[in-house]
Amino acid sequence: MAKRIDVSGLSAYYGSHKAIDDISMTVEPRSVTAFIGPSGCGKSTFLRTLNRMHEVTPGGRVEGKVMLDDENLYGSSVDPVAVRRTVGMVFQRPNPFPTMSIFDNVAAGLRLNGSYRKNQLAEIVERSLRGANLWNEVKDRLNKPGSGLSGGQQQRLCIARAIAVEPDVLLMDEPCSALDPISTLAIEDLISELKERFTIVIVTHNMQQAARVSDRTAFFNLAAVGQPGKLIEIDETERIFANPSVQATEDYISGRFG
Amino acid sequence: MATTTDNAPAPPVTGKRPGSTGRAGDKVFLGLSRGSGILLLVIMASIAVFLTYRASLALSRNEGNFLTTFDWNPAGDPPVFGIAVLLFGTVVSSIIAMVIAVPVAVGIALFISHYAPRRLAAPLAYVVDLLAAVPSIIYGIWGALFLVPYLEGLNLWLDDFLGWTYVFEKTQVGVARSLFTVGVLLAIMILPVVTSVSREVFRQVPRMNEEAALALGATRWEVIRLSVLPFGRSGVISASMLGLGRALGETMAVATVLSPSFVISLHLLNPGGGTFAQNIAAKFDEANELGRDALIASGLVLFVLTLLVNGAARLIIARRKEYSGANA
Ligand SMILES: Nc1ncnc2c1ncn2[C@@H]1O[C@H](COP(=O)(O)OP(=O)(O)OP(=O)(O)O)[C@@H](O)[C@H]1O
Ligand SMILES: [Mg+2]
Repeated sequence: MAKRIDVSGLSAYYGSHKAIDDISMTVEPRSVTAFIGPSGCGKSTFLRTLNRMHEVTPGGRVEGKVMLDDENLYGSSVDPVAVRRTVGMVFQRPNPFPTMSIFDNVAAGLRLNGSYRKNQLAEIVERSLRGANLWNEVKDRLNKPGSGLSGGQQQRLCIARAIAVEPDVLLMDEPCSALDPISTLAIEDLISELKERFTIVIVTHNMQQAARVSDRTAFFNLAAVGQPGKLIEIDETERIFANPSVQATEDYISGRFG
Repeated sequence: MATTTDNAPAPPVTGKRPGSTGRAGDKVFLGLSRGSGILLLVIMASIAVFLTYRASLALSRNEGNFLTTFDWNPAGDPPVFGIAVLLFGTVVSSIIAMVIAVPVAVGIALFISHYAPRRLAAPLAYVVDLLAAVPSIIYGIWGALFLVPYLEGLNLWLDDFLGWTYVFEKTQVGVARSLFTVGVLLAIMILPVVTSVSREVFRQVPRMNEEAALALGATRWEVIRLSVLPFGRSGVISASMLGLGRALGETMAVATVLSPSFVISLHLLNPGGGTFAQNIAAKFDEANELGRDALIASGLVLFVLTLLVNGAARLIIARRKEYSGANA
């Protein structure tokens, strides 16, 4: 089930370096929220605090609160492993398990979560691959290694793997940056379909992509190199691109458009 | 093997750079490297020819069957010698060593690379590397003085509880100078090198492979199962082969611990047995001309055995190439 994310006063550190400072925002269920901003402003860092992946980096530390509906992900009794089972993630570079077959890649998360009967597993794998628009391309070679697919197919395989476990939220960190325009379009279409079922957050450097796929857009910036990144504003995507309320946002967007 | 890296070859130098001595340098270097390559091959070939020739001299005068005879008496009349006992002892002690050492080594390597806090991991890795450099005679002395008496208790215990398996039934009383003890000692000897190489492989698992598992909600152990072990598999095989090579050829430690005899017994706790290297070390000094040639013949068998083991390992690794993740 898609859930609402409610972040308040969130800061993240790498050792003593503060990477993002005091971020608060709300992400509605069944919507797509895009994060944009210059390189190094902490988009990835912030995204990774939403499924407690930030703290696996040596020295990684988080302050603040992330509510998923009414559960604080950073509550003292919350198990980060359990959080990551309900908040899925797709990375910038496709990272299927190289030694596993396509089928096993999609089934990997399910097998972690519990035991399934064989036909049940096959059913979910097919549904997830269809959901990721990959089924037709791989249905005849489910037993071949996932690393044998093209980059775009690998990325969709990773999406299938992430949605197979029916997460509440799907985080995507520049999922198309390593892909050609056609694969990119395929994944953008996919995102529009997936938002019927999931809460989606996507980081992108591609303004048109943000405009095309997202309902709301958040602009991050940093005052200077070495300073922590900050959330400048978050609003309806149309407003951000038509007339943002902060000058820096307009500069950034128009700068990109030339 | 798995730890080698592909260095991209430097682009060929084309055209003349003004004032460069590159041409002459190239020629000298080419001559030097080609020369040493050829020299190496010539040395290898002549060693092989020499050994094979000497071995064939011995084999032609052997009155027993070289493969099946349970005896080593090239000085006798008629001369009789066979490698059955040595082959058995070498293989069995090495198998025992591998069965004990590889799982433990993988465990230690994983602990150092993925579990231990950094402050503990670095010194631990250093100690393991140091242990790998301890000369084998030291292990041998330690084995004879400490391990043999200590293992007597373990032998009795194994006999009590696992005696029904035949393998662990001890039918002869006496100190634990058995193939089993040798296997344990070899396991301890190869543990550091297997650990050290495995750890290095585990450390090189790409971050994004591990994060793939983490993001699915994998626990630390599940990350290891999904990402680390599959990635490290071929490396662990290579590491094991390195260890196995050392176990097969180990001389001093085995010679110090084993009480040799020319019997084959599946009662592994009974004293007795022998290995190729131990037999050569024990007999070479007193052997006559024929005796030395016979030992050389047994050494060649050990060499072939090592080659076979390595070939098998390469096959296993190559079979999984498709899944190696080169495209990931
Ligand atoms: N593993 C790390 N260790 C230390 N500092 C890091 C690490 N990863 C990122 N940082 C720092 O944190 C800050 C934010 O980085 P982050 O990767 O979140 O930026 P980003 O907005 O995702 O950039 P990009 O658009 O280039 O992906 C940067 O100053 C970066 O140098
Ligand atoms: Mg980033």
